[in-house]
Amino acid sequence: MAVRPCIVIPQGSIFGEVGLVSGRRRGSTIRSIADTILVEIPRNAILKVMASVPGVKRAVTRISTERQLLQMWQSGLQPADLAEVLETAEIKGVRAGEAIFKQGEEGTDVFVIRSGSMVVEKMIGGKPVFLSYVPAGNYVGELELFDHGHAIRKNTVRAAVKSEVIKLNGEAFRRLLEAKSDLRTKAAASVTQRLELASYIEAKKDSFASAVDMYSNVANFLVDNGVGEATDVLLIDENLCVGCDNCEKACADSHDGISRLDREAGRTFANLHVPTSCRHCENPHCMADCPPTAIHRGQDGEVYIDETCIGCGNCQRNCPYGVIRMEKEPPKKPSLWTWFLFGKGPGPGEASHEWAYANAKGEKAKRAVKCDMCSGIEGGPSCVRACPTGAAIRVAPEEFLSVARLERNEA
Amino acid sequence: MATKADRQATTGRTRQSEHEGFMRYRRYMWLKISLAVMFVAILIYAFNHVEPRPNGGSAYGYTMGTIGVLLILWLTMLGVRKRAITAGRWSLKNWTSAHVYLGLSLVVIGTLHTGFQFGWNVHTLAYVLMMLVIGSGIFGISAYSLIPTELAANRGETTQLQMLDNLRNLDRQLHDAAQPLTHEEAEIVQMSLNDDPFAGGLVSRLTGRYPKCGTIAALHAVRGSPSRQAGYGNDALDLVETLLERKRSSLARIRKHLRLKALLDVWLYVHVPLTFALIAALFVHIVAVFYYW
Repeated sequence: MAVRPCIVIPQGSIFGEVGLVSGRRRGSTIRSIADTILVEIPRNAILKVMASVPGVKRAVTRISTERQLLQMWQSGLQPADLAEVLETAEIKGVRAGEAIFKQGEEGTDVFVIRSGSMVVEKMIGGKPVFLSYVPAGNYVGELELFDHGHAIRKNTVRAAVKSEVIKLNGEAFRRLLEAKSDLRTKAAASVTQRLELASYIEAKKDSFASAVDMYSNVANFLVDNGVGEATDVLLIDENLCVGCDNCEKACADSHDGISRLDREAGRTFANLHVPTSCRHCENPHCMADCPPTAIHRGQDGEVYIDETCIGCGNCQRNCPYGVIRMEKEPPKKPSLWTWFLFGKGPGPGEASHEWAYANAKGEKAKRAVKCDMCSGIEGGPSCVRACPTGAAIRVAPEEFLSVARLERNEA
Repeated sequence: MATKADRQATTGRTRQSEHEGFMRYRRYMWLKISLAVMFVAILIYAFNHVEPRPNGGSAYGYTMGTIGVLLILWLTMLGVRKRAITAGRWSLKNWTSAHVYLGLSLVVIGTLHTGFQFGWNVHTLAYVLMMLVIGSGIFGISAYSLIPTELAANRGETTQLQMLDNLRNLDRQLHDAAQPLTHEEAEIVQMSLNDDPFAGGLVSRLTGRYPKCGTIAALHAVRGSPSRQAGYGNDALDLVETLLERKRSSLARIRKHLRLKALLDVWLYVHVPLTFALIAALFVHIVAVFYYW
């Protein structure tokens, strides 16, 4: 197992701000090394303080920038090593679709994605080809630092959703690379890999131009349909889906009898269907206004609602993808075998409202229900495990939206 | 275009992102296993001399019979696996893949078990039932391979509920549009409104042909009505004709949807009951064999 790099957080300091800013899952583990007293500030409270007190915002921004760089680069870097780079750091907001740099421009500045995500494109054969999707917590623009002479941007990088980037001076970063050989080796390896991929695509553009075009269109469709802000999304290959709805049934049977996905609804492009099901967005819209702070992000990145939900329905209204339902927990069904042998109960899947009403014991309040990625269930999401044909898959956009899949023949 | 932040699976969970169908699961792993099983079974059969002739009662015959019956019982368990959503690292795709290829290997295992001795008895009945189950399964595999693309293309992004809603909506509009019409013309509209668009039973459902469709009859009647013969310009009737035409295309879509869904399902109504008949026949076959030993 690789040695995990460590830094010590002294008394009087904050932590957890990287997750707060990026809206993604925790990037590191914090352990106490001595008896410690902590003050936990809820997400909404600290966001409010940051919005109203500029000093707090500056402090959180400074520390989160430093920690994000340390977390991202690792390679034994210490806070002191970053001093020069941080001096040049500048935080910029980027609108969805806006380019932070374009192919052909001159420039060596490096951009760290603080929140949101970016799409990397390259003009090949006169058409923009979708090369990859880069989520928060990564950096772009270092490719040109390894050039000799003029640094001309090789790709266009634009924001997939509203994002924030940290702009670092290219020269300062180059000096850091020169001082830290581990970091340089790591960065050079990833640069080589990407240059090879780009030249592979370029070399093959004539033989599989249509495949590359198709891939670019699908990737853009997915980004347009909210996959750009997703961290883990359910996709259905309609060439394989037989419409048995076993995914929905499995979902209901793993979670108190209520399905958290609607297979048939949702957009489709080139046989790739994005069903109505939680994408576990970075900066989840549902979290924005939850009075009891019942919505959290779990260890695996899942956004879940805990039992303190008061059923107000704010999250349902705030979700742009319509994936949250307000439902009463239905009564417990008779076991599968009594249904098999004696026909008792409504059978697998979500019971009808009539059955639930007729068999209800006492009044139950409605609560918000959404996908929790089957957290805590061994084997992972039931929808995927229960798909008989392999049509249902769960993907992280940064793994799925990469032109490298064409090379591996997976697209 | 950046180094991916190291993805540490914090609870050791794996995401199932392998994009491959059940037929090609793990590069046809179960097909290879199935072919190997069949090959070995045929090889041993070819070099195994049984006097007076190969039969189910030889050592080889018993072995094949035992493998066959255990396999059949296990293949039947797919129905349980599909519905029992328990925790654990199982994948129904893996099960389906194994079900398909190992099920097909029963053709060889079962046939070699018989030693090609057939007759009008319960033993051959079990064999015939097994072949019918496999045959219906082959229909199922072809349906599962061919229909999904057509189903998706036909439905676009519309759900079944939306299609039915659309139909109800058109009926409401037709009802309103029929108000200014004469009694005879309104009766034509009634032909469409009072018609059950899905009547016609299993045959209509599977063929997608509805010869008694009220909407098509109404459309013909409107086009043949005396005021229509006089030409267009009768606004009320024009609107009815347009609406009937829309209802016809809407019906065509939903009927195709239901036909394709029925084709994906119908074979199971043969496959599953025959499986239970097969298990019953196997039970009798085994009891009979040992009783008359």
